Amino acid sequence: MPVEAKKEQDVRLLVRTLVKEQGREKAELIPILHEINGEFGYISDDAIQELSQQMNIPTSHIYSVATFYRMLSTEPRGRHVIQFCESAPCHVAGGRQVWQKLQKELGLSKGETSADDKWTLLTTSCLGVCGVGPVMIIDNDIYGNVTPDQVPNILENYK
Amino acid sequence: MRILVGQGSCGIASGAKKTAAAFAEQIRAAEMDVPVDVTGCIGLCYLEPIVDIYDDNGEMTRYTKVTPDTAKLIFDAHVVGGTPYTPAMIPADGQAFLDKQTRVVMKNCGIINPERIEDYIASGGYRALSKAIRNMTADEICDVVLGSDLRGRGGGGFPTGKKWVQVKRQSEPVKYVVCNADEGDPGAFMDRSILEADPHSVLEGMIIAAKAIDARKGYIYARTEYPLAITRLQIAITQAKERGLLGDDILGSGFDFDIEIYQGAGAFVCGEETALMRSIEGRRGMPRPRPPFPAHKGLWEKPTILNNVETLCNVPQIMLHGGDWYASVGTATSKGTKVFAMSGDVNNIGLVEVPMGTPLRTLIYDIGGGIPKKRKFKGVQLGGPSGGCIPEHLLDTPVDYEEIAKVGAIMGSGGVIVMDENTCMVDIARFFMEFTQDESCGKCTPCRVGTRRILEILTRICEGKGKPEDIDTLRYLCDQINENSLCGLGKGAPNPVKSTLEHFLDEYEAHIYEKRCPAKVCKSLIRFEIIDGPCTGCGLCARNCPVNAISGERRQTHVIDPDICIKCGICEQLCPYDAIEIK
Repeated sequence: MPVEAKKEQDVRLLVRTLVKEQGREKAELIPILHEINGEFGYISDDAIQELSQQMNIPTSHIYSVATFYRMLSTEPRGRHVIQFCESAPCHVAGGRQVWQKLQKELGLSKGETSADDKWTLLTTSCLGVCGVGPVMIIDNDIYGNVTPDQVPNILENYK
Repeated sequence: MRILVGQGSCGIASGAKKTAAAFAEQIRAAEMDVPVDVTGCIGLCYLEPIVDIYDDNGEMTRYTKVTPDTAKLIFDAHVVGGTPYTPAMIPADGQAFLDKQTRVVMKNCGIINPERIEDYIASGGYRALSKAIRNMTADEICDVVLGSDLRGRGGGGFPTGKKWVQVKRQSEPVKYVVCNADEGDPGAFMDRSILEADPHSVLEGMIIAAKAIDARKGYIYARTEYPLAITRLQIAITQAKERGLLGDDILGSGFDFDIEIYQGAGAFVCGEETALMRSIEGRRGMPRPRPPFPAHKGLWEKPTILNNVETLCNVPQIMLHGGDWYASVGTATSKGTKVFAMSGDVNNIGLVEVPMGTPLRTLIYDIGGGIPKKRKFKGVQLGGPSGGCIPEHLLDTPVDYEEIAKVGAIMGSGGVIVMDENTCMVDIARFFMEFTQDESCGKCTPCRVGTRRILEILTRICEGKGKPEDIDTLRYLCDQINENSLCGLGKGAPNPVKSTLEHFLDEYEAHIYEKRCPAKVCKSLIRFEIIDGPCTGCGLCARNCPVNAISGERRQTHVIDPDICIKCGICEQLCPYDAIEIK
């Protein structure tokens, strides 16, 4: 089976399992979208269509919810997602220089994914670890007190 | 003996896990039997990772900035040798930072293991619940909260007791208790810290609230950005249920109440109460007009108590010690203590809990240790993106809902961002506006379009293209957005601009009329030059310039070509001779 078809089958199966487990109440929509996003890195059109059928909610509503929240993505993302905190405490603590270095090192701007699908560079709202700013999260690892010099070394940890 | 390693998010980001592992490894190698335990964040963010060692006689020694290498030294001296390792002990300013605080809400933070209910119970936890559920009527509970004059700590400052009484009065049988843990203000992290360090105190507050209004179901709306807080809350809920403190037939009283965690999905506006409830209902988190208020029509149109984390955390203490006790601390209109998250250009960064009415100066200088690098204080941003910047001459303002509002800021959730003389206030206003503009949900025009227009003007001013009429236009837009927006996010959005216009007008004027950025921040208004004397011609700057704008012979003074220079500032940071000047 081609990769794309396999992926579609997988995502539809996951949606059906999730709806079975969590129910068809509208309140379950965002938790289910979280799960899909976590599993596949983004919420595909296939996922939205299957969800619509299973939960009996219009695709337009699901799409409007999925695009409203920053943590949910309707675009594919890279294998590693970098989230850089762009909030004021990190900004005044030297975040600007780290952000420039990150963009230069990866050759990416905010919101972009690298051609080899390795990296997606995002900014995030405040992570609440302002005491150790500038802060960034790569996948689930949190890095505090980041300086521009450290950026290449940190990135090297990810294959 | 017991070793306690502070592992809140900020501790972990500073390497606390590696420190804990280093201790565990030493203990294993020495075949000793000393437990290495987890605790939450004590609020001394700038000194993380923090390790407390309790000797058998109960005496505690606190070590700060403990790297794995230091851990080995501490292990040899203290754990094996029995003498404290003085070089890593908490510095005097750190101790003073803690000693000068009054901890009510944060009394367990960094002391107990948040993942063990026994620790919370041993520190007096769930006694308030037992008292409220067994010996008090719903009216009595409300009376105590009313008597404490507790006001909402999320920013609104609405009297908590009044809210509860309003919900209690509704005849509708289904009611909800919702905890707002969507702490989105940049620079505010007290709720994260409480959730990570003392999750049971929030649950206890919620259960007491539920008893007061006879609710059966509660939700904690938590930010996805706080994964550790969510994990620890989940553990706490499971443990409380196992002990019969949550779920069916709480403490054998016949009262049932259950709590579910609802994960947000990253939208600042969801901190607004009506938007938050829409999000739980599985919709776009957009605010709706009030009234009806949530107390009448809240979650799924049912009467709902919506309180923030810190507010609920105060409740068990108030139940135990009484409303009068609580009301004896603070000012005439603001009672109790408030937790502030201090960050930015201040020596001691962290969480500070002080009685309401404490002057800002005490917060920043006595507790915060003043401004680093001998620089001068410029302003303090209070209350996040809906707050305002307060200048030096107003630093004696006491922190109190009304007094703070008088000087153009808000208490908000208690974020305190200190800024030194190297901060451009126009740039800061632009920065905050970028945030609100980005986070505006787009529902109402004044906020959606108005913040955009303000941002465009501020960006133009920062680029040196400001026009004289801009100041009046900004003032007009600020008033319009404030008066006509639907929710608090929109209404508060102009505050950073309004307050900087009021207190730092000279900086706006310098940008507009003289095309000069006094703090030398705005790129279009500065240029980098190499000074003849100090430059040794080492070439370090030229080698590191990303656009090859620097040239010169070896051992000769170099020059920067202003047409190529992108003003990234790398040369200035690198130059060992301070030969690069910003003009």
